[in-house]
Amino acid sequence: MAQVSVKKEWNPKGKEASGLKRFIKQIDIQLMVIPALLLIFVFSYIPMYGVLMAFQDFDIFKGFFASPWAGFKHFETFFASPEFYNVMRNTIVIALLKFCIGFPAPILLALMLNEVNRMFFKRIIQTISYLPHFLSWVIVSGFVISLLSTESGSVNILLEKLNLIDQPVNFLSIPEYFWTILVTTNVWKEIGFGSIVYLAAIAGIDPHLYEAASMDGASRFKQIFLITLPSIMPVVTIFMILAIGNLLNAGFEDILLLAKNPILRPVSDVVDTYVYRVGLQNYRYSYATAVGLFKAVISVMLLTFANAVARKSGNSLW
Amino acid sequence: MKRYSAGDRVMYIFIYSFLILLGFATFYPFWNALVISFNVGADTSMGGITFWPRAFTIENYEIVFKDQRIINGFMISVLRTVVGTVLAILCTSVFAYGMSKKELMGKKYYMIMCIITMYFSGGLIPTFMVIRGLGLTNTFWVFIIPGLISVWNMIIFRTFFRGLPAGLEESAKIDGCGNWSTFFRIVIPLSGPVIATLSLFTAIAHWNDWFGPAIYISNENLLPIQTILKQILDSNIMSEQLANLDSASQGRLSSMKSVTSRSLTMATMMVATLPIICVYPFVQKFFVKGVLVGSLKE
Repeated sequence: MAQVSVKKEWNPKGKEASGLKRFIKQIDIQLMVIPALLLIFVFSYIPMYGVLMAFQDFDIFKGFFASPWAGFKHFETFFASPEFYNVMRNTIVIALLKFCIGFPAPILLALMLNEVNRMFFKRIIQTISYLPHFLSWVIVSGFVISLLSTESGSVNILLEKLNLIDQPVNFLSIPEYFWTILVTTNVWKEIGFGSIVYLAAIAGIDPHLYEAASMDGASRFKQIFLITLPSIMPVVTIFMILAIGNLLNAGFEDILLLAKNPILRPVSDVVDTYVYRVGLQNYRYSYATAVGLFKAVISVMLLTFANAVARKSGNSLW
Repeated sequence: MKRYSAGDRVMYIFIYSFLILLGFATFYPFWNALVISFNVGADTSMGGITFWPRAFTIENYEIVFKDQRIINGFMISVLRTVVGTVLAILCTSVFAYGMSKKELMGKKYYMIMCIITMYFSGGLIPTFMVIRGLGLTNTFWVFIIPGLISVWNMIIFRTFFRGLPAGLEESAKIDGCGNWSTFFRIVIPLSGPVIATLSLFTAIAHWNDWFGPAIYISNENLLPIQTILKQILDSNIMSEQLANLDSASQGRLSSMKSVTSRSLTMATMMVATLPIICVYPFVQKFFVKGVLVGSLKE
């Protein structure tokens, strides 16, 4: 470092020259970084530029540069389309349901697991409940389809045994049940894995706090709300901000795989599945890109908003 | 050892019963799928299979393991998981090592360039267009190349590399090692745990990916098992929906059902799940660590 600064004094005009020299001197570490950055450029930045397709009438035969510009036409088409209301409602409702149920569920599980004193039992429940996170949505949807099947699906068998229904119900083709099935499946898949972080936060709590509290006569139940929960609040806040930033990602794979019956479309279509359907199945590339961009803009606004709220409370992402 | 108040006792009863219920609800779908996969297909469609196979058979697995399409899909999945994970971890760790160097010129701009991609993306259609434009569709490399660099993993690697004792690298330099050989001879051997953790997550993502192949691959021989499984499930659902249309067609269809019976589908599903369930017990300690590394970074 000392040498570099001496050189700078020597040759005050040649800042760039010395920069280039330094660059060549460290070419070995630059070569570690530059190929990766090129890949990032190709697979992340070119698609970002490609978002401009949303303002074009993209023609796959003419290509990106020769396609005519169309302004906000596709956005207007989307806002005026008959699907707009359903798609936006489903996106918001499913996102909120997943947030309101899927976000607190792992916290509750962590609080409960923390109360378990029998280590063996705790380990078993943890091991079992983490597992679904590692399965693909295809397999999870396979489980759901099988359990809800009209022919020998366990749920139908159970309900018949309890005399709640006389005939097997085809749950996956009744719109009223779809949101419940979707949210339950999501919670089932992620509750265990989501609890890991909170369990770690709970493990970091000073045990003296509990001792002092039980001296003062607080029951275990009270201790959860007076010690455990407040202690993990910072972690909860951070994860809540992240969750709000992801709020509009109401789901994609899960919906695609569980809502195969077109009857469900009025309740299952969310922005992402709609983009996929009109874009890659109906080949309306520009229109689909416009719909996707519309969602991305709202997502960024939500994240900024969440972060602004969090900053006031003293926990912010940036 | 401790005396519990009445309220606490109620709470513990609730907690234990809830956890047992949760454990059961998580375990049962696996068990039921396994049981169905060992049951005779025609028997399964008569209903009532829950905890135990009624007509035990390994025929379904025999059919699955003889099915060229499924075997091929399994091989593709294994191949892409191994190649994809090794190359992705190699490229990402080299990248992270370069980024961990304090003297790297422009590292601030490089980092900004990386972080932007964590918040913004081109979305489905433009990404599809780029990959199509590069001629990657219908090649094996579409599974590998777009996933070579993960910004998230790079940041975790970089944090880890920065925490390594500086003296080790300095002494390697004095012994005449360049940056690349320091990386491969000193840094990589010291990074066992973080490499294991990130490899695990990368490998699982590769194994579980079905959507990429579904949009980028039309050549049947290149489809991984997850995508094939998805197609099988689709055809099952179709036949079930048709069967629900009217009772007259039901009779006609029931004879067809044995072709892709639920038992057979479940057997395929078990084959696609097996690798994950097999490695799962051994890697549990790694992923718990991995999640914590990731979240602490945040």
